[in-house]
Amino acid sequence: MTTTNSQPVLGIKHPVLEAKHPLLEVRDLRKYFPIRKGFLRKTVGHVRAVDDINFFINEGETLGLVGESGCGKTTASRCILRALEPTSGQMLFRTEDGNVVDLALLNREQLKPLRSQMQMIFQDPYGSLNPRMTLFDIVGEPLLIEGMRNRRQREERVAELLRLVGLRPEFMQRFPHAFSGGQRQRIGIARALAVNPRLVVADEPVSALDVSVQAQTLNLLLDLQKRLHLTYLFVSHNLSVVKHICDRVTVMYVGKIVETATSQALFARPRHPYTAALLAALPVADPRVKTGNVELPGEVASPAHPPSGCYFHPRCTYCIDRCTTEAPAYREITPGHFTACHRADELDLAGMA
Amino acid sequence: MNHQQPEPLLTIRDLKVHFFMDEGVVRAVDGISLDVYPGQVFGIVGESGCGKSVTMKALLRIVETPGRIVSGEMLLRRPRPDGTVEVVDLAKLDARGAEMREVRGGQIALIPQEPMAAFSPVHTVGSQIIEAIMLHRDVNEREARKMALQQFRDVGIPAPEQRLDEYSWQLSGGLRQRAMIAMALSCNPLVLIADEPTTAVDVTTQAQVLRLLRRLQEERNSAIIFITHDLGVIAQMADYVTVMYLGLVMEQGPVDKIFHEPKHPYTRALLESIPSIHTAPRQDLPTISGSIPHPFNRPAGCPFYPRCTKYMPGVCDQQTPALLPVGEKQLVSCFLYHGQSQEVANMEVTA
Repeated sequence: MTTTNSQPVLGIKHPVLEAKHPLLEVRDLRKYFPIRKGFLRKTVGHVRAVDDINFFINEGETLGLVGESGCGKTTASRCILRALEPTSGQMLFRTEDGNVVDLALLNREQLKPLRSQMQMIFQDPYGSLNPRMTLFDIVGEPLLIEGMRNRRQREERVAELLRLVGLRPEFMQRFPHAFSGGQRQRIGIARALAVNPRLVVADEPVSALDVSVQAQTLNLLLDLQKRLHLTYLFVSHNLSVVKHICDRVTVMYVGKIVETATSQALFARPRHPYTAALLAALPVADPRVKTGNVELPGEVASPAHPPSGCYFHPRCTYCIDRCTTEAPAYREITPGHFTACHRADELDLAGMA
Repeated sequence: MNHQQPEPLLTIRDLKVHFFMDEGVVRAVDGISLDVYPGQVFGIVGESGCGKSVTMKALLRIVETPGRIVSGEMLLRRPRPDGTVEVVDLAKLDARGAEMREVRGGQIALIPQEPMAAFSPVHTVGSQIIEAIMLHRDVNEREARKMALQQFRDVGIPAPEQRLDEYSWQLSGGLRQRAMIAMALSCNPLVLIADEPTTAVDVTTQAQVLRLLRRLQEERNSAIIFITHDLGVIAQMADYVTVMYLGLVMEQGPVDKIFHEPKHPYTRALLESIPSIHTAPRQDLPTISGSIPHPFNRPAGCPFYPRCTKYMPGVCDQQTPALLPVGEKQLVSCFLYHGQSQEVANMEVTA
């Protein structure tokens, strides 16, 4: 991706040196949930929801985080916002004034000024808006928390935000039930943007929307990114949407990252068998292109009892002995293209045309 | 139209299902017609509120009050033991009667959207399938169990003997959906309705389930009515596609025609608005303006006209266009084609 760096490459290149301006760098992030049993609630094991993941997001780009249900993509994104407490790891965030802070180390008070720089757009436009609050209350609440006490000022800002997302400011005194799914999602976006965030975590922002409304919302997200210079972490299981909206994509499987690359490289030439299987399984909206012929046997492994070696090996068609015993390292195989597969160099996997 | 084709297994003519609410009448299905042939995967695609699920509920006569089948007929051609074919109008049967109960699950089976909600959590999946088999076939429990076991093998459930005695919550999403398919197929239905069978499962599981349905359909030559909002799934699965919007059929045709020569402005807009391999990344997608109207505020005339780019004032907002042929096996309900479809109809008459 970046070729400006002339530093000699020794082993794994440091992602920060590679990136121009990483807004966020996640290092060895882990989130384990204890499994408790019995009367004393003794911990008998852990669900390794997020298990040693590393990635970075450059300023102004969109990073897609994809994977099937239970792969840890939502847990990872919640850890970054500190909505969940990470078990270990670093989350280095470059603040507006250029300082780099580790989000994992901050306490509640220290985190407060940073909250406005990281906001979230939720999946369910019905569940994420309080039905008893008007649009003014919903979109204005983050402003109030940030200290904008003057109601007049708040009204002006809310009106501006509603216009920004394509809603009429006159709607300000209405309640969410008066709006359709697509409009509600716009309200959720306006609320996220109220405090001028730099990083927006969008967790499946279009999966609950109808097809004809999805495109409108995607266009809005792209437009807002250009106008406000936003950085998106786009969590989704829909690969066609991810391909359309993301600059780079990270694929997760059972709590681990299996591959990260530019969107173009990942879809054209995946280097991990799991990514290739995901691409092959994607039903293409063209009856002349037959997809879904590659069968991925078995089920997704449980993060509580992951298999030995590479977590994907029981389902992988390219599995060799080494895969069953030794966990593959997450390494950079071509500049900007990271993968965790022993056989990444020898395999020639099919992407999408 | 086409004389070589066998008689349709199922014919729906001008079906109307309305919901009589305190606030007004919701015309959920407002006059749809379709023919399903043996061996066909009949796709119904549409967004929320288009009436695709209500149509299927009407077919099984399980529309909840205040919904009611207002008019129309639903003809099922079913073979009789003596080899003749009997035509029965499902709309005229008593929804609670013995005959309808025989059709339900026996001749028309349903794979519901949420297998988690469809199975009882307090009975084993096996006992539920055995119950269904014993209801519809003259067999004892041992034979029924054997048949259930065979169904489990057919749908590719590993360790079927063991799974049969498990509860639905012990199965993974993919296995649960397979068990549901096994149950639906257990009485060899003539028509299998799959209502969004893969929305609740992951991409790789979805591919497995779709392949399974395809294989079973080819083996048994039954018909599948496949309902979904996912255009990708419909393109991969269906032979013939019906596009619905707000209770009406917008367009019908063979899958290749729908995706490569769509006629109705709604079908076109819908296909353009989904990101595909061909769309340029990070560029604006063509959109359909506005949103689906609330069922109480259904526009007069063509339901799509307020969002349509080809809207003709004084025409589209006055009358509802009829579903007319525009070529072989392709039908469209749009005034843009009404002159042309007349010509096509005339040509077919002379030919």
